[in-house]
Amino acid sequence: MNIGNDILTALPEIFLACSAIALLMLGVFRGEGSSRLIMTLSVTALIVTLGLLLMGPTRNTSAFNDLFANDGFGDFMKMLVLIGAALTMVMAQRYIEREQMARFELPVLLLFSTVGMLMMISANDLIALYMGVELQSLALYVVAAIRRDTLRSSEAGLKYFVLGSLSSGMLLYGLSMIYGFTGTTNFTTLAEIFANGGEVSLGLTVGLVFLSAGLAFKISAVPFHMWTPDVYEGAPTAITAFFAVAPKIAGLALFVRVLMGPFGELVDQWQQIIVFIAVASMLVGALAAIAQNNIKRLMAYSSIGNMGYALVGLAAGTQEGIRAVGVYMAIYLFMNVGTFAVILCMRVNDRMVERIDDLKGLSRTNPLIALALAIFMFSMAGIPPLAGFFGKLYVFLAAVESGLYILAVIGVLTSVISAFYYLRIIKVMYFDEPSEAFDQPIGREMAVVLTATSVIVLLFFIMPSPILESASAAAEAFFPAGP
Amino acid sequence: MMSSWPLLSLVTFLPLVGAAFIFAARGDDAVVARNARYVALWTSLITFVLSLFIWFGFERGTADFQFVEKAEWIPSLGLTYHMGVDGISMPFVLLATLLTPLCVLASWDAIQTRVKEYMIAFLVLETLMVGMFCALDFIAFYIFFEGVLIPMFLIIGVWGGARRVYAAFKFFLYTLTGSVLMLLAILTMYFTSGTTDIPSLMEYGFDPALQNWLWLAFLASFAVKVPMWPVHTWLPDAHVEAPTAGSVILAGVLLKMGAYGFLRFSVPMLPQATEFFAPLIFALSVIAIIYTSLVALAQTDMKKLIAYSSVAHMGYVTAGIFTLNQQGMEGAIYQMLSHGIVSAALFLCVGVVYDRLHTREIARYGGLANNMPRYALVFMIFMLASVGLPGTSGFVGEFLVIMGAFQLSSWLGLLVASGMVLGAIYMLVLYRRVIFGQLTKDDLKGLLDISWREKAVFAPLLILAILFGVYPMPVLDVMSASVENLIENYQLALGEGGSSSFAWNLISR
Repeated sequence: MNIGNDILTALPEIFLACSAIALLMLGVFRGEGSSRLIMTLSVTALIVTLGLLLMGPTRNTSAFNDLFANDGFGDFMKMLVLIGAALTMVMAQRYIEREQMARFELPVLLLFSTVGMLMMISANDLIALYMGVELQSLALYVVAAIRRDTLRSSEAGLKYFVLGSLSSGMLLYGLSMIYGFTGTTNFTTLAEIFANGGEVSLGLTVGLVFLSAGLAFKISAVPFHMWTPDVYEGAPTAITAFFAVAPKIAGLALFVRVLMGPFGELVDQWQQIIVFIAVASMLVGALAAIAQNNIKRLMAYSSIGNMGYALVGLAAGTQEGIRAVGVYMAIYLFMNVGTFAVILCMRVNDRMVERIDDLKGLSRTNPLIALALAIFMFSMAGIPPLAGFFGKLYVFLAAVESGLYILAVIGVLTSVISAFYYLRIIKVMYFDEPSEAFDQPIGREMAVVLTATSVIVLLFFIMPSPILESASAAAEAFFPAGP
Repeated sequence: MMSSWPLLSLVTFLPLVGAAFIFAARGDDAVVARNARYVALWTSLITFVLSLFIWFGFERGTADFQFVEKAEWIPSLGLTYHMGVDGISMPFVLLATLLTPLCVLASWDAIQTRVKEYMIAFLVLETLMVGMFCALDFIAFYIFFEGVLIPMFLIIGVWGGARRVYAAFKFFLYTLTGSVLMLLAILTMYFTSGTTDIPSLMEYGFDPALQNWLWLAFLASFAVKVPMWPVHTWLPDAHVEAPTAGSVILAGVLLKMGAYGFLRFSVPMLPQATEFFAPLIFALSVIAIIYTSLVALAQTDMKKLIAYSSVAHMGYVTAGIFTLNQQGMEGAIYQMLSHGIVSAALFLCVGVVYDRLHTREIARYGGLANNMPRYALVFMIFMLASVGLPGTSGFVGEFLVIMGAFQLSSWLGLLVASGMVLGAIYMLVLYRRVIFGQLTKDDLKGLLDISWREKAVFAPLLILAILFGVYPMPVLDVMSASVENLIENYQLALGEGGSSSFAWNLISR
């Protein structure tokens, strides 16, 4: 009940929320034209938050009457979210200035959304869960429509909002069912009930299904994925990059926390749901992407597929499975940030282009960017020795270990199918004759992000231990006794 | 002194250093291209010289892994960086390091666009090939094995012929499909035995029921790589479209990866399943030998003909491996090495005329013996080595395989031997139509004989093809202890588990 302790436990979140509010005020006082300053300060705030997170007191503590929990898993996922958010915001500044959408609200909204994500990851109560999800989503609805004078952006925002509220409704319905049939909203208490052989009623199962559906929507897993391609395509590219990384990691972390924490004993109940959406996501992600001509839509389907692979780890429901989710998302983060950095560089005559054909002959006109994108594409296809291979290795390792052989076989075969469209991009860049060259220079911060992410993805195999070992440590959070 | 060096790592990763140098080169295109050629040539030559130390430092007469290196890699999974060679893998390391500088030389003038990237691709390819034969950790092996796809895809796709995109995709997706199934088998083995260390897995002894599944998953991968009938169709396309040097590496080393996989994994780790499935392999091998030889007869494209002959020759290899007796296995390995030299040289021979006339249509040639006598001689020797004429390296391998096959069943021996006859038909027909006859076509009359650079490429291959045919002992010496050990352990494992193959008894009677 010690308020000082509570604040200390949630210090990174509290700091980030306070900085967002302070930056909002600063923006209001400074007015338009302060966008660059606010963006810089926002990124600084994210970095400080990351520092607080790394230095913070350890772990397995809870605060605010057990509404909020800190553990190794949460720390790892929060780290990924903060890195993802910071990198995408660094990349965004130049873009939003060029596209006349440099308003100070943008970084502030992204910060609020990040606070929501951190809350989601640390939620230890159904109410806290819902609060985190909504804070994250509401901020992102606005951001998707931030170019309110263009049709595509407003359409994307509206679509995201309508479908998002639908999923929030389902989520809320599921939460109330769970509360109604168990009498508690607290994760710890829920876990105790099931650990002591609490009865699983039909109503609870229905609640669990609705909860899963709501969360599946947030990570755009099939069959709740329909919004993703439209929103990815319609939202300004810098915003799409943000959508593709941080919220996905947070959503998946929340999914893992809910299913492995309070409902960890009910693996048999939810495993088939997760297996189904994992298979469906992998299949749709692989097959639907083949027909795409717009690279942002292609990345939307690619992320749907990638969520499917990450869910394979969750479907295993074991410590190895959770470790696989951690490893997969860490590698996904770098591959996706890098890919979107390249997409942000796709400008011809001071105009953004986003067709795959616009990449024609990039290896001639801009060999370094082409090389970076080729690295990301081979990595996403899961070809060793690139990082993406290790992500898939861990996921399938977990699936095989849990005896989910069919799931593993479907997974590797869809990864071959998806290799086809990743290869297509490489083909366009390397085998085709060049068309118009992209505008130069791409900007210093973009060059730094591209170099860093491609080096990490390319040379991951030399020093894999830091990411792999911290993911292993993170996975131990759900298995206190250890194997 | 030399033995304390991490020789295998040096040989494996030295090409990467060269690739990094080329990558860093900046400036005028022509200068960069020239530098890239020289750096690639010197790097691969130094690598080859270093690999000679492995050949001479290798202790004959023992089946142990030598030049072993071991280091921590991913401790949480128990994966190690474990390198080592035995008598089976060591010759292939040398084959890879020998062919790479020759490929660089063969591409000297033929490749004029994006030379820098081309040389980087070849050096990276060399690292992956050598690493694959040295790796003693299954996951590390898989990484090298699969990683080969990246540079090869680019080599075919960027510098290839008219239908290069189709060929590159087909090559990539065929191979990947097989390999991912093998990955699942590797993971299953890891969970059953708790390790991915290859020497430990060889001793583990898997449950026979599980073995069959694992064996089939391995087959999916290795059969595509070998390639065995009916999954060989990617090979003619890839060969035809790839640039000459790409075909050389493809035929010389990449095809050996599948057969090496059978030798290293399927046979020693899954002996019961090997016993059970051996008739299947024989059936597929015999079909490959006879059917693809007939297909080769009908080809009008030189490269395609040699590609189909590769499938037939690899049929000998797979049949030889699964005879599981000393002659058959040694013959198979010998045939792999010989094919690595001879088919590589045949592709280079095609490359010589292709560079001059830019066509591979057999009908466009004829009578080259008149104005290219040296070329005709070189081509003839390699053609005869491919047919398996006594005194050439091809004879030793095929003869040993046939001997091994006869020991099992005279029918098998007969069918395998029929391939030698068919091989003689299509190779002689090819040779006659290209080299002999009247020199009537005008554009052929101006062709120059082979240059000094081409001679330098052919000379080592020519020497080896004849030396290995006349005096095979040095190579057989290297491998015999390892092969003996492999067969001994195999028999031992079968003795414990009991033989279960019903089909087998039918054939051997």
